[in-house]
Amino acid sequence: MTSLDPILSIENLTVAYYLHGEWQDAVRDVSLQIHPGQVYGLVGESGSGKTTLAMAIMRYLGVTGVIRSGKIIFSGRDIAAVSQADMREIWGAQISLVPQNPHSALNPSIRVGEQVAEILRIHLGMGQVAARQYTLELLHQVRLPDPKRVAESYPHQISGGMQQRVLIAMALSTKPQLLILDEPTTSLDVTTQAAILDLIRELIHGTTVLYVTHNLGVVAQICDRVAVMYAGELVEDAPLEELFNRPLHVYTQGLLESVPRLGETKLNARLKAIPGQIPSLGARPQGCVFMPRCWLADESCKERPPLFEFQPEHRTRCHHWQELIDVQAGAPRPTGVDHATLPLQNIPSSVDETAPPVLTLQDLRVHYAISHTLGEFVQRKPARQVEAVDGVSLEIAAARTLGLVGESGSGKSSLARAVVGLVERTDGQVELLQASLPARLSQRDIETLRQLQMVFQDPEEALNPHQTVGSTLRRPLITLLGLSAGEADSRIDQLLQAVKLPPEYKDRMPARLSGGEKQRVAIARAFASNPDLLIADEAVSSLDVSIQASIINLLNELQAGLGTTLLFISHDLGVVTYLSDSIAVVYLGRLMQIGPAGGLLEPPYHPYTEALIADIPIADPGARRAPIRLESETPSPLQKPTGCPFHTRCHRKIGVICQTQAPPWQETADGKRIYCHIPIEQLQAAQPPILKI
Amino acid sequence: MTASPLFDTQEEQGLQSTVDRSSGRSKLIHSLYSRPTSAIGTSIFLIFLLLALLGPIIAPYAENQQIVSDARQPPSSEHVFGTDNLGRDVYSRVVLGARNILLLAGLGTLLAVLSGTVLGLVSGYRGGLLDEGLMRFFDGLLAIPALLFALLLLGILGPSSSSVLMVIVIVYTPIVARVVRSVVLSVKQRGYVEAARLQGERQSVILWREIFPSVLPVLAVESALRFSYAIFLVASLGFLGVSVQPPTPDWGLMVKESRNYVDQLPWTMFFPAAAIAILVVGVNLMADGIKRFLLAPD
Repeated sequence: MTSLDPILSIENLTVAYYLHGEWQDAVRDVSLQIHPGQVYGLVGESGSGKTTLAMAIMRYLGVTGVIRSGKIIFSGRDIAAVSQADMREIWGAQISLVPQNPHSALNPSIRVGEQVAEILRIHLGMGQVAARQYTLELLHQVRLPDPKRVAESYPHQISGGMQQRVLIAMALSTKPQLLILDEPTTSLDVTTQAAILDLIRELIHGTTVLYVTHNLGVVAQICDRVAVMYAGELVEDAPLEELFNRPLHVYTQGLLESVPRLGETKLNARLKAIPGQIPSLGARPQGCVFMPRCWLADESCKERPPLFEFQPEHRTRCHHWQELIDVQAGAPRPTGVDHATLPLQNIPSSVDETAPPVLTLQDLRVHYAISHTLGEFVQRKPARQVEAVDGVSLEIAAARTLGLVGESGSGKSSLARAVVGLVERTDGQVELLQASLPARLSQRDIETLRQLQMVFQDPEEALNPHQTVGSTLRRPLITLLGLSAGEADSRIDQLLQAVKLPPEYKDRMPARLSGGEKQRVAIARAFASNPDLLIADEAVSSLDVSIQASIINLLNELQAGLGTTLLFISHDLGVVTYLSDSIAVVYLGRLMQIGPAGGLLEPPYHPYTEALIADIPIADPGARRAPIRLESETPSPLQKPTGCPFHTRCHRKIGVICQTQAPPWQETADGKRIYCHIPIEQLQAAQPPILKI
Repeated sequence: MTASPLFDTQEEQGLQSTVDRSSGRSKLIHSLYSRPTSAIGTSIFLIFLLLALLGPIIAPYAENQQIVSDARQPPSSEHVFGTDNLGRDVYSRVVLGARNILLLAGLGTLLAVLSGTVLGLVSGYRGGLLDEGLMRFFDGLLAIPALLFALLLLGILGPSSSSVLMVIVIVYTPIVARVVRSVVLSVKQRGYVEAARLQGERQSVILWREIFPSVLPVLAVESALRFSYAIFLVASLGFLGVSVQPPTPDWGLMVKESRNYVDQLPWTMFFPAAAIAILVVGVNLMADGIKRFLLAPD
């Protein structure tokens, strides 16, 4: 075998699942080659078949999945037909997998060190002592602080980021010829994700990698070559820079355009959402799978396009790739909806700046009591509590959007739930339209409820599965607006129209809607009472990017049309900067920085904000950034650091003062407020963490 | 080995089917008859139900009709299950006894399910002290063995059909309530329930419209299981003589009365005992089938 031979060569692979009494192709006729040392990205949205393809290589398809045809040639041998017993020699030793969810990939009842050592004993034939020794070394290599303690821990005793490090150590321990990473950072916070990506980049040196992800920003940072999958087909396959600079499939182009670029806001660019949704397994078109959503589609697309080769290394499964090159060269888009001509959101610029704010929080606190353990009870220790929101004050002006950014555990959801009344606040004042809001939901009158509505994170749980869309939308019209059943029915059509769903949908059950459609209905329900303030808690986080863009556009439109004030909560700084007029950054229940959205990306920053910006995965291989990585991980809210809560991770910590004294609020001329000891002039001198966009 | 097949494949979740329950009833029947075990169980239950409904038409003799000339006869073409020491036709008494046991067990289960559902819904949704108090009280009740508790209650209330009903309700309400409560606890966190609260829906509307439909499948399975246990409990109480009194044709009572003659007239014990066993096993198999249909659609 020469070095030019691929390590993995997939030839016309078709994988099917047994569903509803028949075999349905989840991956159809996919061919790709991974050469030694390559980091190969496999990108697609949910339902694209990317995970199925990765699992097929591992031969982990389960009883309902089968490789129908094609070859998987791994170092010269077709492993598509190899028995499970023979696969045991390949698993772990020659092909390793880092799975998506670290939490369920480790055995909860075995110590971490033992789980690593087991691999060393089985695959490397090490003895007990040697394996234990080498385990510590491996844990050290993946930059785990105090490897000894980690090795002695059970998985639940270490954080998700640390669990993922352990899994990476396990996967690399046998020096496999092929490493498959299946969304290894998807369940992690951005700062942790950035650190894990650094680690992967450093450790895989020379290892051949298949990196499966939905995140184009991650691909841009780590891969050499990218294959894009859509509805079970490989639609484009190109070197990284080629793919980002000259996408030759309409889907790839749409995917790239549906993510807000850093610096784009609702005022200067409209997100270009891909219309429609990924077809379900049984309903895939016979010809080009992307045809129903494509603005370039014509008669020729009814025939399945072959893999055109634009350059030896750049393949696309699109009949119209030449036209795409023309469009990129500046030619007008021929037919279909031209997103660029749709109007930008017209924020009424005449919003009266002196008008009183719609929402005012003063020193809001939400504390959760932790019940005693038996030991604590016997020793009569004082009750412990989690200070989820620990003294937050802010205001939102009428018809404006406040973006609230924070990682998991920052208290952003608790803040939202305390404002709407789903949890009772412990202390502080909440004023809605200058009227003080009672802490309890049951003490709020119908008019208050009408003024304040919320859209929840998970579209799958947003709608009652036993009620039709129409009857879901009817309730708020009756309870909050006091309409009669007949009046409500006529309003339902208007609501559906406002969220761009056809009127027939009112008779549908939620099971027949896609995730994006469910979220549209949830938005319609929240807007039914024409609220003054809408809180969206991670409302687009669980949606695919192409769907996410259309929901963001929808929220913008509705807000502009109705003058609703929006509190938009997200962990995604890119989306928040696009959508918001002002932005608040929270960390461990405290506000770190608040100010106009336009100035967020410019210094001065709070050091935490600076790190967050540096860690955004940007979908641009050319982006260069300052190497700001936070140390360790977010401390447990139970043991909140004294002084500035961020001092344990801060890369700009100035001394003891950060540990002992709560920082002052400093304000810049343009209204940005920063909670930090470092003088504002010094923060001003910081370089923008993203050096080139 | 690095990898275990324990990963979350988000993609596959999107492929999962959701059962459309629009024609739920015919689908349930179809599902029950698609497997031999649940088909047999369901058929057994339906046959016994038929006996209970049409007993007086099917039975050749009245329940207490003594045919003195035919006393102590083994099974024959005249008396297929034989006759007892008083000359009563065992077949007729078994057939006529079906109504009693199905009525007591069925009605008792129904009442227990009703009260258990209401208590479980309210307790789970409201939480707090009410929930804590009720659940600890139920824990206490469940700590006493069901049969012992039944004997105790019947000792106080005196033996009668209504006492047996009350025993079933008191013994099974806590079990049903706990099952319902556990579902409520997971459902009440969902977005649509919270949205209903933000819409100012009344608590009764939230419980009935938003939460109860999700409880229903679990409740149906639990009810079927409770029903099979209730049959067994009714038969046991009859056998212990604390339920209905002679000469009612109660299966448990018939087994008890035939104890003294079991060496001479074994058929007088065998047939009512077999009826109890077959019905309990049948209902259990049916409950399994219902469970498979409702809780594991694929």
